[in-house]
Amino acid sequence: MSISLIPPGVWLILGALLLPAVPRRFHALPLIGLPLLTLWLVWTLPNGTSPVLQVFQYELVPVRSDALGRLFGIIFALMAVAGGLFSLRQKSTLELIAAAIYAGSAVCVALAGDLITLFVFWEMMAIASTTVLISSNEERAVRAGMRYFMVHIFGGSLLLAGIVAHIVNTGSLAIEGLNAGTIGGGLILAGVLLNAAAPPLSAWLPDAYPEASYSGMVTLSAFTTKAAVYVLIRAFPGTEILIFIGLFMIFYGIIYALLENDMRRILAYSIVNQVGFMVTGAGIGTEMALNGAASHAFTHIIYKALLLMSAGSVLYQTGKRKCTDLGGLFQSMPVTMICGVIGALSISSFPWTSGFVSKSMISQAAADEYLMMVWFLLMAASAGVFLHAGIKFPWFVFFQKDSGLRPPDPPWHMQVAMIFFASLCIALGIWPEPLYALLPNPVEYVPYTVPHVVNMLQLLLFSGLAFFLLLPMMKRSLTITLDGDWFYRKMGPWAAERVTEFMTATYRRFEAGWRLRIEGFLALLTRYAGPHSVAARTPESSYMVLFVVAVLGLFLLLPLFVW
Amino acid sequence: MAPQKNKHWLVRQRTIRLLWVWFSIVLAGLVLADIFVHGHPSFGLEGTFGFYAWYGLGTCAAMVIVAKLLGIWLKRPDTYYHEDVD
Repeated sequence: MSISLIPPGVWLILGALLLPAVPRRFHALPLIGLPLLTLWLVWTLPNGTSPVLQVFQYELVPVRSDALGRLFGIIFALMAVAGGLFSLRQKSTLELIAAAIYAGSAVCVALAGDLITLFVFWEMMAIASTTVLISSNEERAVRAGMRYFMVHIFGGSLLLAGIVAHIVNTGSLAIEGLNAGTIGGGLILAGVLLNAAAPPLSAWLPDAYPEASYSGMVTLSAFTTKAAVYVLIRAFPGTEILIFIGLFMIFYGIIYALLENDMRRILAYSIVNQVGFMVTGAGIGTEMALNGAASHAFTHIIYKALLLMSAGSVLYQTGKRKCTDLGGLFQSMPVTMICGVIGALSISSFPWTSGFVSKSMISQAAADEYLMMVWFLLMAASAGVFLHAGIKFPWFVFFQKDSGLRPPDPPWHMQVAMIFFASLCIALGIWPEPLYALLPNPVEYVPYTVPHVVNMLQLLLFSGLAFFLLLPMMKRSLTITLDGDWFYRKMGPWAAERVTEFMTATYRRFEAGWRLRIEGFLALLTRYAGPHSVAARTPESSYMVLFVVAVLGLFLLLPLFVW
Repeated sequence: MAPQKNKHWLVRQRTIRLLWVWFSIVLAGLVLADIFVHGHPSFGLEGTFGFYAWYGLGTCAAMVIVAKLLGIWLKRPDTYYHEDVD
C-alpha cells in the first residue's frame, strides 16, 4: 500500500472547518467521527514515505511513517476522540474548531518527513492553541492568550532561524540526528525546548493553560509539550544537556505545584514535571530511555487529560477552581472522584496503572547507564509526583474539609470520556504489551517483578505518609507563587514605565532650558527665510539680468588679478 | 462539631482512626517485606534495609520544606496580577 501525499491530520483540520455548517445536535458526528477517521488512517499507515512534493528547490516529504511517528500520531488522534466527546456541550464553536485543528496539526507534526513541513504544522498548532485559549472571550483568558502567543511566536522564530541556518549549512531537510552544537541545531533545540516548557521560559504553561475553559485545558494539556518531546526523541536523542534540563523541570514542577492553590494550576505545573521525565529520557538517549520517554508521553497524555477532565468537571459543575473553596466533593461526584483518583494514581506510576509501565523504563535506563545521581533524583521525583499530584489534587478537591458544595456528577458524555480514559489507564497498566509493541525500539523490559512492585509501593505509600504527617505545613492559602512570567508581566511593564518617565522628564528639562533659545533661532530663520523674507520674494526679471551682467563682469575682471 | 452520625461514613472520626490503623499495618508490612524480597540493587545505598521507605519519606519531607522556604519570598496574594483587571 502506498502512502498518500495528504497527511491524515489534514482531514481533521479540513473537517473541523465545516463544523459551523453542522447543527448543534449533530456536533458529535464530526467531533468524534473525524478524530476516529484520523486515528484509523494513522493506525493503518505502513512504514515508508509519501511521494515527494517539490516546492521551489526543496523536496518536501509530507508523510513519513515509522513506529515513533505513528505512536505520537495515534495518541494525538486518540486524545482528540476523547477530547471531542468531553467537550460536546462546549458552547463556543470556535473553541471546538480550534481544538480539532490543533489536534490535526499535531498529528501532522508527528508524521512530518522534513523540517519545513514540521515547521508549518508546528506554527498551525501555535495559532490553533491560542484560539482555544482566547475563544472564551473572557478578559483574563484573552490577556493570558496574548502572552502565550508572544512566547510561542518567539519560540517559532528560534525554530525557523535554526531550520534556515541548518539548511544553509548542510542542505539537508531531515529531522533526524541534529547536532545541538551547531548554530542551526542549537536554535532548533531552543525553539523546541521552549514548547516543552523548559527553563528559562517554562512559566508560559501554568500562566496560560489554567485560563482556558473547562474543556479547553483538557485539549491544551496534550499536544504542544508532547510534540516537542517527539522532536527531542527524533532529533536530539542522547543530547546530554537534556538530562539536566529535564531534572530541573521535574523539581520545578513539584515545588511550584506544592505551593499552588488553584487546582488546574497544580495540574499545569505537574505537566512541566512529567515532561521533565520525558526530556530526561531523551537526554539519556539509550534504546530503553527513548522507549521510556515515548511511552511515557503516550500514557501521560491519557492520564493528564483524565485529571484535567476531572478538574474540568468540578469547574463546570461548581464554577470554582481554588482548593480553598473546594473539598468534600466525593459525596456528590463519585464518578468524577474515582476517575480523578485513577488519573492521580497513574501519574504517580502506581503499580497496575499506566504510569508504572512507562516511567520506570526511564529510571531503569538511568540505572543501566550508571547515572547514579540521575537515578537518585528520579526516585525522589517519583515520590514527589505522588506528593504534589497523586494525593494533593484529589485530597484538596474531593476530600479535606467539607466545603458544603454538593454538585452532581457532570453530564453523561463527560462521564463517558472520563471512564474511557480511566479504563485505558488501568488496562495499559495491567497489559502493557500492546503499548510496548508500538514503541520505536524492541522492548525487553519487564515492569512487573516482585521487588519492583514492592519497592514502588514502599516509595509511594511512604510519600503518602509524609503528605499526611506534613499536612499542617500544606494548608492552602489564597496565594500564587512568583514565576518566570513575573519578568514580562511586572518587571517589563515597570521598566517600560520608568523609561517613559525618564524620557518625559528629560524632554521637559530640555524644553525648559532651551525653549527661548530655540524660539529665538526660529524667529531669526523666519525673518530671513520665512514667507515674508527677502529670500521668499519673487524678484523681477530685470534683477536677474543685472545679476548675470554682474557675474559675467566679475569673470572678465578675474584674469586681471590672476595674471 | 456536627454530630458524627450525620456525617458521611468516610469522614467520621471512627473511620479515620481505622484508616490510619490499616495504613500503618500496610506500611509496616511493606517494610518487613524487604526481609524476603531481594531485588538487584543498582547502587549500594539502594540495597539498604527499607531503602525506598525512608528515601520516599525523607525526600518528600525535604521537598515540602524547600517549597515552604521558597514560598516565604515568592508567595504573593492571588490578586497580585489582577489588581488592574478585576
